[in-house]
Amino acid sequence: MHIKYESFVREPLVDGDKDYHQVSEDIISPIERKPGRMWYVGFFFSICLLMFGVFSVGWSVYWGLGTWGVNRTIGWGWDITNFVWWVGIGHAGTLISAILLLFRQGWRTGVNRAAEAMTIFAVMCAGQFPIWHMGRVWDAMWVLPLPNTRGPLWPNFDSPLLWDVFAISTYFTVSLLFWYSGLIPDFALIRDRAQTKFRKMMYGLTSFGWTGTAKNWQRQEALALVLAGLSTPLVLSVHTIVSFDFATSVIPGWHTTIFPPYFVAGAVFSGFAMVNTLLVLTRKILHLEEYITIGHLEAMNKVIVLTGSIVGIAYLTELFIAWYSQSWGEMAAFQWRIMGPYWWSYWAMMTCNVVSPQLFWVKKLRRNIPFTFVMSIVVNIGMWFERFVIIVTSTYRDWIPGSWAYYSPTWPEMGFYLGTFGLFFTCYFLFAKYFPVIAVSEIKFVLKTSGDNYKRKQIQYEEQSSEDFITMVTSHHDDEHEEVAVHH
Amino acid sequence: MAIKKFAVAAYDDEEVLFPAVSKVRKSGYKLHDIYTPFPVHGLDVAMGLKETDLHIAGFIYGMCGTSTAVGFISWIYCSDWPLNYGGKPHFALPAWIPVTFELTVLFAAVGMVLTFCYLNQIMPGVKKHVFHPRQSDDLFVVALELNDSVSEQEALDFLKSTGAKETNIQRAEASWWYGRWDKAEPYEALNA
Repeated sequence: MHIKYESFVREPLVDGDKDYHQVSEDIISPIERKPGRMWYVGFFFSICLLMFGVFSVGWSVYWGLGTWGVNRTIGWGWDITNFVWWVGIGHAGTLISAILLLFRQGWRTGVNRAAEAMTIFAVMCAGQFPIWHMGRVWDAMWVLPLPNTRGPLWPNFDSPLLWDVFAISTYFTVSLLFWYSGLIPDFALIRDRAQTKFRKMMYGLTSFGWTGTAKNWQRQEALALVLAGLSTPLVLSVHTIVSFDFATSVIPGWHTTIFPPYFVAGAVFSGFAMVNTLLVLTRKILHLEEYITIGHLEAMNKVIVLTGSIVGIAYLTELFIAWYSQSWGEMAAFQWRIMGPYWWSYWAMMTCNVVSPQLFWVKKLRRNIPFTFVMSIVVNIGMWFERFVIIVTSTYRDWIPGSWAYYSPTWPEMGFYLGTFGLFFTCYFLFAKYFPVIAVSEIKFVLKTSGDNYKRKQIQYEEQSSEDFITMVTSHHDDEHEEVAVHH
Repeated sequence: MAIKKFAVAAYDDEEVLFPAVSKVRKSGYKLHDIYTPFPVHGLDVAMGLKETDLHIAGFIYGMCGTSTAVGFISWIYCSDWPLNYGGKPHFALPAWIPVTFELTVLFAAVGMVLTFCYLNQIMPGVKKHVFHPRQSDDLFVVALELNDSVSEQEALDFLKSTGAKETNIQRAEASWWYGRWDKAEPYEALNA
């Protein structure tokens, strides 16, 4: 007899009456159907945005970066703001898929596939900005240490900008491998149930010929665990290195040791908000409310209120340290942030990131779907302003008052940003149509401990005294093939 | 290609599968493999499989990444083209930690995934025999390899006695081959 027991304190992760086949049916059948009208409208709109982005970037490259609003004082504008914003969004996917795996958080199984897809698409968007910001983009490959005829002269390995190249490209590669190694068994499921020849061929290719032997699964789990162990320090390193782009400089407002933890917390904060934005829509459109439950959304809202508070404390610490340092430059930088010409961006950041997420202390609001959706967008607006504040309001008034300047973006910069939304959502729409948006095999793995209908059967254990339960569990140890899975 | 004969049993519950596996191991039949739709914990132990060494390979790949990064950067800065960046020493190890760390992770991850594919013999274009179309859905499929001296009926009766929902005899390619999944293989006619 198997004893599958999980405390009733934990909400079921899968609602409704499910068996293994029903799980396959619920998650795979949207892939086998024709997409609804909403999908076509959304996909078309995303393609339009992407095309406009391509046009804006083409314009910027053809005429040069003079078409942008950046100038000698404010060298980084919307481009690097957007870069940091997108990279930050990506972090939530890795947090869910890797860190929550190490922490054995069962609820990650419902959301990790979509969150990790979001990571990959967000990093793709982020990568565009430093590349096209180079201006002479045809020389972009020289950020890599390639053999050349200039000595050879190598890139500067002591520079955070080069660390970024390695960090972002490694992050993208490892996330992709982690994601895909989990997708292979689910592709095999689609292949085995495929009714059309074309689908059978395509998913035959993408499933790599997976058949799911015991040894296959043993290696798959070992791989997932080690990749999670590697991704955990990796994701922390990525935003740490992004923060080094600023923190290792001597610009007031940037030159601060608080940046790495503050950036990582902010990244997780914005990333979870984006996961909520996507999943609230995905669960509704694909009818996956029983797999991505309100409990899942609430768990993510808890992470949002935690990381939002960390970010808030970081903002206040910055202000305190600026005063405590009694450094003229530091104090002036923060005074101008709050009250200078860009005051509106500082206060937008403060409202969206520090004040409004505090509403999530209220359980009713954490479990309210429309409120969650609105908050997820508010948080991402706030986090965009955070990066804008850090970048623009630290540089627009530099050491020489004669070079003080103001910065507004031009249409190619805005078009470029919109274009990355196009890229992101084009990828996401294709993902939602052709990929299982929930990790089917992982849901099946937790089904008998955390599925609603199975949990209801566990009520007998819940009503037992703990002594009786222990006697029952231990008395079954005689049989060599008993597996006792007790989750507290 | 080696076409072999298998007695195949499909179970629909792990609670039936585990005792069945132990009966198979005691019976003397040759267990070819067990196919499951998700990782069933304890099944590898029940089958007597060894723990995988994949993580050790990962560690070795990671160390290769570390030494590649430190070796390459120190060769560049100390020997190939020493440059003075803001008075920093040529051998500036602390400044190389980020790149070294990233390459360690990159080598470990890429190396492990390639090793994973190699050991599992999976790759785009690889094809293997699927004993039951629902082995990736909701059935746990046990395949016993039969040689000509074993009675098919006895094997099927034995599997039924362990609680299998479905049993049959299949002739199938035991290993992998290159092929398209939408094309039927010639040997499959033997099972029709």
